[in-house]
Amino acid sequence: MTYLETLPAWIALPVAFFLVLGATLTLLGTVGLARLHSFYDRLHAPTLGTSWGAAGILLASMILVSWTEGRAVLHELVIGIFLMITTPVTMMFLGRAALHRDRIEGTPGIPGAVARSDVPIGPVSPPEGEAAFADPADAPGED
Amino acid sequence: MTRLFPHPLLTCALLLLWLLLTSFSLGNLVLGFGVAALASRALAAIEPERVKLRAPMALVRLFFIVGLDIMRSNYAVARLILTGGRHGRRHSGFIEIPLRLRDPAPLALLAMIITATPGTAWVEYDDETSTLLLHVFDMIETDDWVKLIGTRYESLLLEAFPA
Repeated sequence: MTYLETLPAWIALPVAFFLVLGATLTLLGTVGLARLHSFYDRLHAPTLGTSWGAAGILLASMILVSWTEGRAVLHELVIGIFLMITTPVTMMFLGRAALHRDRIEGTPGIPGAVARSDVPIGPVSPPEGEAAFADPADAPGED
Repeated sequence: MTRLFPHPLLTCALLLLWLLLTSFSLGNLVLGFGVAALASRALAAIEPERVKLRAPMALVRLFFIVGLDIMRSNYAVARLILTGGRHGRRHSGFIEIPLRLRDPAPLALLAMIITATPGTAWVEYDDETSTLLLHVFDMIETDDWVKLIGTRYESLLLEAFPA
């Protein structure tokens, strides 16, 4: 803690501001994740942490380390870029998995799949001729 | 030139990344350039189509617009979580948005924008009809969301990446 005491106020104040901002937003995101009721609503809450939550903490780190090292330290940008690139992948996986399940179960309020030529839309019972290919565990009324 | 460096944008980005993670020196510049050139040739083997970026300035403008929107929606969603969704009056829901974008690169950018903005979540994209299914945390006006995505983000992306 000793070297932190040597920080001038004009460095310490923005560092503290961004750190508290990022931490608060991340905390709110987790609170939302715990408190919201529907799965799709819960998808939104953690994005607080992956957008300005992370950006605030990374900015604070950049300012602090740049000052103590005496040169511009920009490694945190790489963290931010990778976070931005990889979050949509996970979100789409989760969202589409939930959507697929809700469509199969016929949950109300879920938009149906766009009619396509090559993909069957659930819930469907397989045509008689193809019944032999269907997995018995998927048959309606089994669970 | 294009055969030696099939993905110039990727080469530049990788070189920059290399220099960011190491310290700047002539040796690192040469080494990083070698790694970046090799990696872009490796990508060319599996993804031969080049990304055609026509107007980089449009992307810069988009970057600032999105940065501002992310700040705003961070505030909005944080407040909604704190107030318990305007004390139970918040509705969330799905919106179908017809897209004009077709190329994978701008679509990936749009996915990043929508995901990074709290309050909107990319759920499903259908490439046959080019419709995007969006989940919106705070539904106010359906038409507003269609317009927001269409004019604010999509037109700039169309400008930057010609179809």
